[in-house]
Amino acid sequence: MKILLNRKTAKFLKGQVVTRAILVAVCIPFLLPFFWMLSTALKNLPQTVTFPPVWIPDPIVWDNFREAIQTIPFFTYFKNTAFYVVFSIVGTLISCPFVAYGLSMVRWPARDSLLLLILATMMIPFPVTMVPLFIIFGKLGWINTYAPLIVPTFFGTPFFIFLLRQFFMTIPPALPDAARIDGASELTIFARVILPLCKPALGVVALFQFLASWNNFMGPLIYLMEESKYPLSLGLQDYRSTYFVEWNLFMAASTIVVVPTVIIFFIFQRRLIEGIHLTGVKE
Amino acid sequence: MPLTSRQRKNIRTGLFFVSPWLIGFALFLVYPIIASLYYSMTRFVGIGSPKWIGFWNYSFLIKDELFWTSLYNIMYYLVFAVPLGFAVGLGLALIMNFKVKEKSIYRTIIYFPAILPMFASAFIWLWMFNPQLGIINALLGYVGIDGPGWIGSPTWSKPSFILLVQWGAGGPAIILLAALQDVPRELYEAAELDGAGQWYKFRRITLPSISPVILFHVIMAVSGAFQFFDLPYIMTEGGPANSTLFYSLYLYRNAFQYSKMGYASAMAWILFMLNLGIAIIIFKTSLRWIYYRAG
Repeated sequence: MKILLNRKTAKFLKGQVVTRAILVAVCIPFLLPFFWMLSTALKNLPQTVTFPPVWIPDPIVWDNFREAIQTIPFFTYFKNTAFYVVFSIVGTLISCPFVAYGLSMVRWPARDSLLLLILATMMIPFPVTMVPLFIIFGKLGWINTYAPLIVPTFFGTPFFIFLLRQFFMTIPPALPDAARIDGASELTIFARVILPLCKPALGVVALFQFLASWNNFMGPLIYLMEESKYPLSLGLQDYRSTYFVEWNLFMAASTIVVVPTVIIFFIFQRRLIEGIHLTGVKE
Repeated sequence: MPLTSRQRKNIRTGLFFVSPWLIGFALFLVYPIIASLYYSMTRFVGIGSPKWIGFWNYSFLIKDELFWTSLYNIMYYLVFAVPLGFAVGLGLALIMNFKVKEKSIYRTIIYFPAILPMFASAFIWLWMFNPQLGIINALLGYVGIDGPGWIGSPTWSKPSFILLVQWGAGGPAIILLAALQDVPRELYEAAELDGAGQWYKFRRITLPSISPVILFHVIMAVSGAFQFFDLPYIMTEGGPANSTLFYSLYLYRNAFQYSKMGYASAMAWILFMLNLGIAIIIFKTSLRWIYYRAG
């Protein structure tokens, strides 16, 4: 009996070890670029060109970061990005729950077909509509402003509408129905009953919108003309043209680009994962 | 059957709430798609009025070598990146589903690159792929392989991008992982009672159960591939020898660098039809392999 138990334990332990070995091996290629970026960012120039490569920089040159920030108008770009991010989140948080309410809390015939249509529009590539949108926004005098990037968020984004709609479907219909019997208007029910219930889902959507705006490259590239208006995504291209050989400074700059996403990720990691599970909610 | 006043009120309420999206849909999607069909039949530099030239843009496109190059490049990218992306995503999801205590650490590591901006990834990988000083060729050198020129070589540039985007495979993986966790345990237990092996369970239970998520992933991956732009724009500018001049990049250049808005619109319409065609084919074939759980 005792031997049997030991064998079982051994098998269990072996399983755990093999499993972990696989997991660690898979994680290495995902981590390596970050490690290599950080390691290069802290090197002096000669150490970036030695072979075999130096893994741990010696000496550690923190000054690279200062130099990278001073090369470009970093804070202007940061301020512009913050402006764009904040207002696109405001737009999303106003429009998306509103539309999602109509797709979940009100019973009307075309509702589910409309949801399918909204989802179908997600697969239309941006380059398809890019030229006419540029012309429209040009006629409105919005070129070289953030309006073309912010205003559309006030009309709802398919994926976020879908996400909130999935969340709303988990709210028992008895809740709005009870309020209706009490004579509350639909707007009141939306604002007073439903919205307070879906704070976590709104947080998820805000987070996704943050990432979408922060990561947007092509939109700003098309609509913004002056460097003083650039967000970080465009402004950082300066580094690409400035640092031809100074890979250490270029990687210091890259680290600066990555850090905000790292911070946001670690603060909101749980929300992010919850949000993804939300998309999987079955009807 | 006439509608009751209650039903009419519900329709009005429903329309009221979805109206922002309907307006946005008309302004930012339907109108631009129709307008771009009109522009595609004109010569138009973006200002002034478009000049009607019929199908001239399309007949010129057929003779434009760079158009065919960009189309070839994106189809090459699509054919390899989409299936590989799915395979890697599913593989990662299965691995992330391993039951160990510190699993959230591995999940975090694998998922994080997926939310990184493309322009940040572009910076990092320019350095990783550097033929002389980059770490990839240095590591290959350790095992005696003389690494290629990666994004600097016309032969390797497209495979380099296809490999690079797998760094973000944690994105689809985490969605597939969520789907894996939704597969009812009873199905596996029942199969185990019947003596089913791992492969049988994966093939007959796991894959059918997550097939709706797979369909969604594949459709979005195809449309995402057609929009592939940031990385080639930043890293290679379409080179070397136009080997990374992908469709959207060439479309962008025509529209915003050469001010050939009409010509770019013709490209946009071809892209629209192509994407729609592929999506329809995928939907049609999916009827054979997709499985919707009842209830």
